[in-house]
Amino acid sequence: MYGTADAQRIKGSDTLLPLTQELAEEYLAEHPDREVIVTGGGTGVGLAALPEKTTDIAMASRRIKFSEKMKFAEINLDAKEVIVAYDALAVVVNPSNPVDSLTREQLEAIFRGKITNWKEVGGEDRKIVVYSRETSSGTYEFFKESVLDNKNYMSSILSMPATGAIIQSVRQTKGAIGYIGLAYLNRYVKALAVSYDSGGHYAYPSVATAADGTYPIVRPLYYYYDAAREAAVSPFISFALSPKGQESVLGQGFVPVK
Amino acid sequence: MKRFLERAVKWLLTASGFVTSLVILLIIAFLFTEGAGLFREHVLEDGYVLVLNRENTVKELSAAEIKAIFDEDVTNWNELGGPDMAIGTFRLEDADDYFTEEQLGPQYENAGSLIAALVESRPGMIAFIPESMLPEDPNLNFIKDKTISPGEVLAGSEWFPTATPAPLFGIWPLLSGTLWVSLFAILFALPFGISIAVYMAEVASGRVRNILKPIIELLNGIPSVVYGFFGLIVIVPLLQQVFGLPVGESGLAGSIVLAIMALPTIVTVAEDAMRNCPRSLREASLALGATKWQTISRVVIPASMSGIASGVVLGIGRAIGETMAVLMVTGNAAVVPTSILEPLRTIPATIAAELGEAPAGGAHYQSLFLLGVILFFITFIINLCVEYISSRSKAKYN
Repeated sequence: MYGTADAQRIKGSDTLLPLTQELAEEYLAEHPDREVIVTGGGTGVGLAALPEKTTDIAMASRRIKFSEKMKFAEINLDAKEVIVAYDALAVVVNPSNPVDSLTREQLEAIFRGKITNWKEVGGEDRKIVVYSRETSSGTYEFFKESVLDNKNYMSSILSMPATGAIIQSVRQTKGAIGYIGLAYLNRYVKALAVSYDSGGHYAYPSVATAADGTYPIVRPLYYYYDAAREAAVSPFISFALSPKGQESVLGQGFVPVK
Repeated sequence: MKRFLERAVKWLLTASGFVTSLVILLIIAFLFTEGAGLFREHVLEDGYVLVLNRENTVKELSAAEIKAIFDEDVTNWNELGGPDMAIGTFRLEDADDYFTEEQLGPQYENAGSLIAALVESRPGMIAFIPESMLPEDPNLNFIKDKTISPGEVLAGSEWFPTATPAPLFGIWPLLSGTLWVSLFAILFALPFGISIAVYMAEVASGRVRNILKPIIELLNGIPSVVYGFFGLIVIVPLLQQVFGLPVGESGLAGSIVLAIMALPTIVTVAEDAMRNCPRSLREASLALGATKWQTISRVVIPASMSGIASGVVLGIGRAIGETMAVLMVTGNAAVVPTSILEPLRTIPATIAAELGEAPAGGAHYQSLFLLGVILFFITFIINLCVEYISSRSKAKYN
């Protein structure tokens, strides 16, 4: 309200938050006269703020839902979609687990509670403890779409409030399995190779395998904005898509668009 | 001038009393209207329909049945009272498997009629598609779209708020999880809290009390997320080893953290109540020849029962409403708990974790408000109980 006329408010997904903050810092270093305000809150919050005009760009870690699109249509808001980066999800287990790779079908069965012991997928005789993100996170939705073929997780799944909590739990639980963003991968957890062609080809998650398409669990991350206000938001978005912006994308552990 | 000042102060006090009450009532009204809105929402996601082949006689499906169909847990229509046909499911995401890009058209303008034709040609198929995509007067059967029923919500045992086509809002696992973890927290905190309070009020010397009291009150000043982190890093692995559990995040871990958090409240309030026990009662008891211990157990504790009870309730209140610490250590599995060593999910943790991403005004959003209403009723009932206990013990000793 008190900022300059072209102040940009960006709100939404917590997955995109650190990346967007870095992009905003670099953008401001180049254009000190502009103003950019970045806040998180979640994909749903960002997309709800767009029609209320309390944000200029909504960050989203999932595609806009049909119901949200209908809300936009009610007030004749034409939302434009831009993919700023790709994020690969790594399936992680405790480092002591001898299992190295799983197929999509095995992962689906594990996360749906049809396989409950590691020995069924070639591991030790140990109960599988399945960790997931909260139901409302974009990561949860994407994993469900991609790995679970849109079926529901089992109801006894352990849902953790944040990626950090999943890492901590997988690290201290021997039979654990969970999924985290590629950027969060560290030495305390072991990433699994995943195959989407029933065991034909396995790929470990990395920026390189995600970029060349051999690693299958990759999701796009979006910016949404009002098409009528394209002129106001386009400088920032073109900066994000520029080679320099995409360098930050890579630096944050995401996969660049080009 | 002085009288004017006095009147101004009086007016100010009255106004602040009324304004506070009004704000509280407004918050409650807001909570109730948002929560009740859930029962006006439809079972299916807004703007979508479920269509069937004309030959299929099934007319109605509950949310749980829809979920079972799309999860492929139910594979034949005769299990749902329909004809003996295998179930085939269709979602928009499956369009690529059935049609080519050219068939669908650049803006997917042919998608609606193609899907309608597909369902017409396959007797066992059920399709979940936007209503706006369907052609006019399709030769198809529709599943009747009902509003969400209170029975399904209050007695339902599955919490899948983001499932498509039909989310499930069974709150029973969350409600039982909350009560279960709070019950155990109080079971741990109560004996400890009361014994510490008795020790500090009656046994400890002035010097010891002056050291102990600030330390215990220090517990109140620790942010709950710090307790949560402590629980996740220390208590969870400890329980895992001690009980040999496959997973350490459990109701027990939550109860222990909550018990630690409720302790300072219970201790402080109960100790104050005991120290405020009238000197005359104490002296009368001692004069009758009672020992110190007899005086404590037969006179001081019964006489300060109302204060102890309110301390306990404030402690329970903290335990039931606690969010962050529980969110981090209980594992948040939405299943009805059968033992305290299993993961469970509480109401406040659910609200905190899900409200941020729930589309505003939708069924999920309103279901979280409904959870708020239920939490409100739980604490309301507990408060009533305390009022009752303390009024009874007051009547006895006055």
